[in-house]
Amino acid sequence: MSDQDGAQNGSVPEEAQSDIPEPFSGDHPIVVKGLRNSFGEQVVHEDLSLTVNRGEILGVVGGSGSGKSVLMRSIIGLQVPDAGSIEVLGHCMTEPHDSNLAADVRSRWGVLFQGGALFSTLTVAENVEVPLKEFYPELDAELLDEIARYKVMLSGLPEDTTSKYPSELSGGMRKRAGLARALALDPELLFLDEPTAGLDPIGAAAFDRLTKELQDTLGLTVFLITHDLDTLYEICDRVAVIADKKIIAVGTIPELLALDHPWIQEYFNGPRGRAAKDAQGRAKKMDNPAAGRA
Amino acid sequence: MREWADFTAEPGDGGAVTLTLKGPLTVASIGAIDRRLREVSEHVAAVDLSQVKEIDTVGAWTAWRTARDHQAEITGASNKAQRLIDSVSRAESSGAITPPRPPLLTRVPAAVGELVVGWGSGTLAVLGFLGSVIVAFGRLAQHPSRFRGKSLVRQLELVGVSALGIIGLMSFLIGITIAQQGAVQLQQFGAEIYTINLTGRLAFRELGVLMTAIMVAGRSGSAFAAQIGTMKLTEEVDAMRTIGVSPTDALVMPRILAAVLMMPLLGFYSAVMAVIGGAFISNFVLDIPFFTFLLRIQDVVPVHDLWVGLIKAPVFGLIVAIAGCYQGMQVAGDSEDVGLRTTLAVVQAIFMVIVLDAMFAVFFSEVGWK
Repeated sequence: MSDQDGAQNGSVPEEAQSDIPEPFSGDHPIVVKGLRNSFGEQVVHEDLSLTVNRGEILGVVGGSGSGKSVLMRSIIGLQVPDAGSIEVLGHCMTEPHDSNLAADVRSRWGVLFQGGALFSTLTVAENVEVPLKEFYPELDAELLDEIARYKVMLSGLPEDTTSKYPSELSGGMRKRAGLARALALDPELLFLDEPTAGLDPIGAAAFDRLTKELQDTLGLTVFLITHDLDTLYEICDRVAVIADKKIIAVGTIPELLALDHPWIQEYFNGPRGRAAKDAQGRAKKMDNPAAGRA
Repeated sequence: MREWADFTAEPGDGGAVTLTLKGPLTVASIGAIDRRLREVSEHVAAVDLSQVKEIDTVGAWTAWRTARDHQAEITGASNKAQRLIDSVSRAESSGAITPPRPPLLTRVPAAVGELVVGWGSGTLAVLGFLGSVIVAFGRLAQHPSRFRGKSLVRQLELVGVSALGIIGLMSFLIGITIAQQGAVQLQQFGAEIYTINLTGRLAFRELGVLMTAIMVAGRSGSAFAAQIGTMKLTEEVDAMRTIGVSPTDALVMPRILAAVLMMPLLGFYSAVMAVIGGAFISNFVLDIPFFTFLLRIQDVVPVHDLWVGLIKAPVFGLIVAIAGCYQGMQVAGDSEDVGLRTTLAVVQAIFMVIVLDAMFAVFFSEVGWK
């Protein structure tokens, strides 16, 4: 039986016969050039440029209010920039209203917002099913439920969480449920806004390992905003530093440490930075990546 | 054309078949075969993944589930497929998707019971809320300097000044309707001159204040409930309490005062606009000149009609504000509750205003203000 026959066998509804996008084959899933964002008089970004490589975990750091979240919102199209170009998975995001294009990109990324941003009238499992139903209406209810269950488990939540409403969950659990929803479509690109903030150290370490494992197995590209120095040392391939309305440096942590920028030096060589670095060093010696947190 | 996943079943040793999955095995392509895989009835010995081009967790799950259901082994899995299968198989769970739903026979009596208990506890809670407002008034009388003047001015603007446009327009149109419809009926008796009495007395005595109360309930009562409710959800109200600021003082009092102070002004303004609307239309349909109509109002509308309106107005304002603030403070849980409570605030306010209006109508007639 050929593929064609399978599709005409009555098992797939008509409306699902549409095209699906090819996996992204370029080297840079996110390319930002000359971005400018401002709110009234206050300029947040000025001539900001950033390129993300395929398959890497890019950590984005910067002081509070330096525009990390605004950068993420611009990239995912929630904030219309004043100027500049943004390309995501080969599509120009600043192009006005191209609904096909937008749907195409949206079926291939997952976004985790700071507070989880779960739909409050749906249970956790139903939350995970929302993007699946939206983009793949041909999937069976039974399969949807199975997918929702294992995604929730993969995100490290206990089994009975699936039928709970967001208001019944703690902040950390909401975050994990948000991750389960972000991963619902097996995306190529994952945006995480401070995923480990507010988690206990054990939970945060598990979250890091999960992100790393997903990157390894699914070849994910991860855009990760964080203040967690352990996360930066542990899983980030490269780190981008936002300061003075620009990305002032992108590179591995040793590369950044070699730069003579006061903010970067203070960030990584402050007491917390040293502690995270020492923990990393110990973990490397023991050849056990989990020990860095213990 | 989208490329779908597919599979073939080849008979092997002893009647068992080998399922060979083909094509991309991803969330986008699995829809074609998931149902058919579940319906395979033969005994399956192996699930072969060697011809799978692409795989994600959904594909890995489907392959693993098929193998699990038939106690078959998975063969030909690539390194990536094996890792995905390992991780999804560890994540197997049987959690429910939605909370268990009791049968209809249990649910209906439970809902009725909750409703009845809710009436009782709701009445108690409203009384408690009223009490806390009265206590807050007492505190305010003792320490007038603690009063939040800025917040009151802000609410006065929101409740009163910004409602002038819509209330004026509404009242003008209602005035037109009363005068025009009244004229049509009264002309049959040759009594069209009484259109002026009808419009003026109705506007000052009843409609001006009543319509204004309904409009304020819709505009401001709902806003009170939604604002305070959202502040409850974002823990702002809790934060106030921990700092030592009473939410009743800071949130409820300015809103109640604003509604009580603004309602008489808005009600009077509304009545005047209705009379102007009546005069405007009489100019055309009754040949009563505009200013003659206004001058006649002075003669035919007794002053106690104005008092009736002005006495009712602050009471209506109080009801609207209490309903809005009380429902706002009751919000708990999620954003859906904010919507429910906002609806309740408006419905209860309008209902109570109409009930009280009927009582006032009888009362004022009995005391001789006819």
